[in-house]
Amino acid sequence: MPLYDFVPRRDNWYVWLPVLAALLLFPLLVRSEYILSIAVYAGIYIILTSSLNITNGYTGLFSFGHAAFYGIGAYTAAILATRLGLSFWLTLPLAGVVAGIFGAAIALPTLRLTGIFLALVTIGFQEITFLVTLNWIGLTRGPMGIPAIPPPAIGGVALSGNLGYYYLILALDVIVLGLLSRIVTSRVGRAFVAIREDELAAQSAGIPTFRMKILSFVIATFFAGIAGAFFAHHARFVSADSFRLDETFAILTMLIVGGMGSLVGPVLGAVLLVVLPEASRFLAEYRGVVYGLILIGVILFRPEGLAGVPGIIQARGALSRVDKPSGAGEPVG
Amino acid sequence: MLVPQLINGLTQGSLYALIAIGFVIIFGTMNLVTFAHGEVYMAGAFVGAFAMSLWHLPWFVALVMGMAAAWVLGFLIEKVAFRPLRTAGHMPPLLITIGLSIILKDLAVVLFGAENRPVPSIYEQTVRLAGVQVSVLQLVILGLAGTLFLVLRLVIQGTKIGRAMRATAQDHEAASAMGVNVNRVFSIAFALASCLGGAAGVMIGIYYNAVYPTMGGTAGLKGFAACIFGGLTSIPGAILGGIIIGVVENLTVQFLASGYRDVVAFLVMVIVLVLRPQGLLGRKLKTV
Repeated sequence: MPLYDFVPRRDNWYVWLPVLAALLLFPLLVRSEYILSIAVYAGIYIILTSSLNITNGYTGLFSFGHAAFYGIGAYTAAILATRLGLSFWLTLPLAGVVAGIFGAAIALPTLRLTGIFLALVTIGFQEITFLVTLNWIGLTRGPMGIPAIPPPAIGGVALSGNLGYYYLILALDVIVLGLLSRIVTSRVGRAFVAIREDELAAQSAGIPTFRMKILSFVIATFFAGIAGAFFAHHARFVSADSFRLDETFAILTMLIVGGMGSLVGPVLGAVLLVVLPEASRFLAEYRGVVYGLILIGVILFRPEGLAGVPGIIQARGALSRVDKPSGAGEPVG
Repeated sequence: MLVPQLINGLTQGSLYALIAIGFVIIFGTMNLVTFAHGEVYMAGAFVGAFAMSLWHLPWFVALVMGMAAAWVLGFLIEKVAFRPLRTAGHMPPLLITIGLSIILKDLAVVLFGAENRPVPSIYEQTVRLAGVQVSVLQLVILGLAGTLFLVLRLVIQGTKIGRAMRATAQDHEAASAMGVNVNRVFSIAFALASCLGGAAGVMIGIYYNAVYPTMGGTAGLKGFAACIFGGLTSIPGAILGGIIIGVVENLTVQFLASGYRDVVAFLVMVIVLVLRPQGLLGRKLKTV
């Protein structure tokens, strides 16, 4: 069975249970706050990359605005926690819901578009979100950011070190990946893949393609919002600079390097690209160069990434039809 | 107050238009989108800034050097990102140019530092034209942009390579069958597009007296917005789009808030894509 087909189930516990056990025991071996903080970041990016995979990988809709929804989730959590004093357990789902609502609002008018045009609209939305966050000082405090976000509390005890955050993000990752694996193996997930492979055929087979595409967008943005809420309560400070286009590109790079359209791919990509720059000072200084070179290398030599379904980015359908012989360009001038 | 803002808008808009034309040439001939155009513009701007501040060369020599550097960079990008993936659809080359843009921006930060680098000012005097004070520099920029538009039109309409470009744009297989070296056309088109981006970069550096590594991001997207506004395949459309975005931006600063000036381009981009994906002057695109 290829790695991209792997879905954790009851009958293949011997694959995922040892991994989970190792992750549970990991902090007993490594006590360094620094290494644990890297692990926490890897955990956040696992959610971001896996959720982006729903639109870009499974449904074949290229969204380039994921960091905007991540930011909307983070700001929602930050504002609710600091202004209304809501606890992490309430801000987490609310951040997901608000990001999901924004996702639906963006998806409704734009999902008529496909391929690069959808990518460009989402980039436009990404930049508009950034600029509004920076300028709507009454709500977001603009360039000052929102400080002093309370940490999550479990049973009345606030988390202080990265050890608590490590187990919290591990639990969250398990829940999110569990939900996503249920979604992608369900009727809905199969509809997503059918739309990616051939939207017209999917429609003729009775799949409500428009509604499914909206749903795909809402699922992806909901989980981006969840990741944002965790980020806000972990960093305890949010500012617009954390959610710019560069961040979208970083998440996208992780997804492509790990591989799209599979459950394992985004996890591998997120872990690899969070950990790699930390391996040496040199790599950390040249983080962008490392990301860029890896991205280019993967696209040129292994477009399916480490564990992705082959053939998604060279995709069929709307992305490649223009390159068929008769459909060349339009006159210049 | 209105007229000076209009002239500011026209000046900036003409530079956006130069960037936008690059996207049009690339999309028009190859049917592909590049994301590294903003970084090519940034590279041109840095070469121009170094030529003026470190080597104390006159501005037009700096301009030619910036354009030449951008030409070479564009030529290389086409070789790396577009040549091996000609038949792979839109997305792989787009993603490769995203990778290149991250690399170029990061390298510029590491090599030159993240902060602004000053560029010497030129033509600081103003003249009175029809009762309005206009800076000489703005007139120089407008004249230069106009000249480049004209030269480009002459190249595309009147030269052999221009004819080959138009033929390739219509149908690259037919052009190839008629003896056009399509690969060479793609190389030259990409280099030409980059060269115009480099020119815009040098002039922006002079206009704002500063260059910095992240300058390409927003500028590239604004150029793209202008290109979409005009319809992706129309050079006059891109020029119009650039100028309209430049003017509306300056009116936004005047009548709304300066923080929202950059929103204009992105709103234009989103609205045009949603309501009229073929843009103002572009042709109906069937499949994208």
